Amino acid sequence: MPSYLFWLFSTVMLIGGVSVIAFRNPVSSALSVVTCFVGLAGLFIGLSAFFVGVIQILVYTGAVMVLFLFIIMLLDLKDEEKAAKPLLPIAAGIALVAAFTVQLIGILSRTPNVIAPNLDKETLAAAASGFPATSKIATTLTQGKLPDVHLIGHTLFTQYNLPLQILGVLLLVATIGVVILSKRQAD
Amino acid sequence: MPELIFQIAIIVAKIVILTFMVVLPLVPVSVYFERRFSAVIQDRVGPNRVGIPLTLFGFKKDFHFFGLIQPIADGLKLFLKEDFTPAHVRKAFYWMAPALTVVPALITVCVVPFGSPISIFGHTEKLVIADLDIGPLFVFSVASLSVYGITLAGWSSNSKFPFIGGVRSTAQMISYEIALGLSIIPVIMYYGDLNLSTIVQQQADHGWLLLPLWGHDADHTFTSKLLFWFPAAIAFLIFTISIFAETNRMPFDLPECETELVGGYHTEYSSMKFAMFFMGEYAAMVIGSALIITLFLGGWSIGFGLDAMVANLHIGDFYFGGLIHLGCFMTKLIGFILFFILVRWTVPRFRYDQLMKLGWVVFFEAALINVFLAALIVAAPQLKGTIIGIGAVLLVIVTAAVIWVAKVSEETPKVLRA
Repeated sequence: MPSYLFWLFSTVMLIGGVSVIAFRNPVSSALSVVTCFVGLAGLFIGLSAFFVGVIQILVYTGAVMVLFLFIIMLLDLKDEEKAAKPLLPIAAGIALVAAFTVQLIGILSRTPNVIAPNLDKETLAAAASGFPATSKIATTLTQGKLPDVHLIGHTLFTQYNLPLQILGVLLLVATIGVVILSKRQAD
Repeated sequence: MPELIFQIAIIVAKIVILTFMVVLPLVPVSVYFERRFSAVIQDRVGPNRVGIPLTLFGFKKDFHFFGLIQPIADGLKLFLKEDFTPAHVRKAFYWMAPALTVVPALITVCVVPFGSPISIFGHTEKLVIADLDIGPLFVFSVASLSVYGITLAGWSSNSKFPFIGGVRSTAQMISYEIALGLSIIPVIMYYGDLNLSTIVQQQADHGWLLLPLWGHDADHTFTSKLLFWFPAAIAFLIFTISIFAETNRMPFDLPECETELVGGYHTEYSSMKFAMFFMGEYAAMVIGSALIITLFLGGWSIGFGLDAMVANLHIGDFYFGGLIHLGCFMTKLIGFILFFILVRWTVPRFRYDQLMKLGWVVFFEAALINVFLAALIVAAPQLKGTIIGIGAVLLVIVTAAVIWVAKVSEETPKVLRA
């Protein structure tokens, strides 16, 4: 990705993130989160992870945040718009930020400082030898394109098959639980 | 560097030509079609008078272009109206909402393949702005952003009917997005590719998904294509009806249901801001039709094995087959827009609970079962007979169970409390 695009999208993300806490109006804050997510999707796409970027928009921006906004609008929050600075939440927030910073430093210090290989035609063609010659992944790789959707599917269904199935069951349990809870409330 | 500038120039030219000279003019054209076609359906004449008023200058007759410049008059009227902002609205969001409905609809244009590649002086250019490998997903993700426009319009208007309209549209669009996404999984499984250009190219070579009559070979036998026709047809039905709901068109235009909600989410809007909602709706309709055509009806392909011949037509170094394909695509597109209009003026509006039931109980389940059916058919050539049999039996059991659950949940008396 050209570096100026990286700077553009990270600036968008940072502005979105800061304005989430800077705005008093909850709806504005929710829209700032949306801006932040769009910037994040831009960063993913810049790293050739098209699928992850698009799913980021589809799931988080297009569905999850819409529901957030929906609830905020329905509740019609008024108290949050008043200027209030209680001490305890601020202290807790600073403690959280500090904890995450320590964690980030810990991870970054252990990450080896290697530059990822360029996704040019030679590297991709060399990677194709790891797959059956007639498969879709191998043919796309030899053409010099990154079949990111196929690769994600291949990895998920060959290396992480059991965790994937367990995740599916977990989500099903959550869905059924929500239905039962909402039905009980209606009764 | 000159290479880079050349590429950027080509991209800008494609954006200008395909978005602003092909898709955007379709919006006023479809408004004109809407008015004339509805008039035909209702046995009226429709707008046919706009033209040069020659009678003012003493001639016998006015010169009218069959009403074809009516859209210009409509647009001019909307431009010149007073742009009134009510005092009780939340200003920033009120101004932002119309833009948020139009922009996503126009961004999605960039992955639609309009024609086969054109070649001049040995330089080949695809007739698609961005040849992304995730075409349909990109369209869904960007189109899902347009729900913000309608929701914010309803909320920022700060009055009750627009608010109910906005809430309705949010619930409706999120519900139908699920059916929309699930229904095209069989299509994607069949082609094994998410690139819309590749999907259309395959349909041109081996028969459209819903009309698989030519281009048979060892990998694409006639029987396999015929077998896949059934899941494809179910997917087509679910997808088309979900597009109607997703674009808030009749019979699913509950967010702007005028008998209940005055005008729905755009009640407080006037002038050009209202026109932008209007444009957003029609642009979404155009893109929706384009997607249906691309996935199921062969996109730019003329069909019947003629495409390779057309793509080879050339005068010297100029291969112009792509332009013929562009024309074919536009013909199909306008045909589908006319279908949208026909449905709008013939089918009465749904009730809101019927709409939700259709989305969650009928389409969601049907799309899910359709995915299994399509998977079985696609995988059948590699499987043994017994495994296919077990799969078919399982599929029948699951289908029966789903239908039974839907029936049982219907019988329990409903509590009339929201």
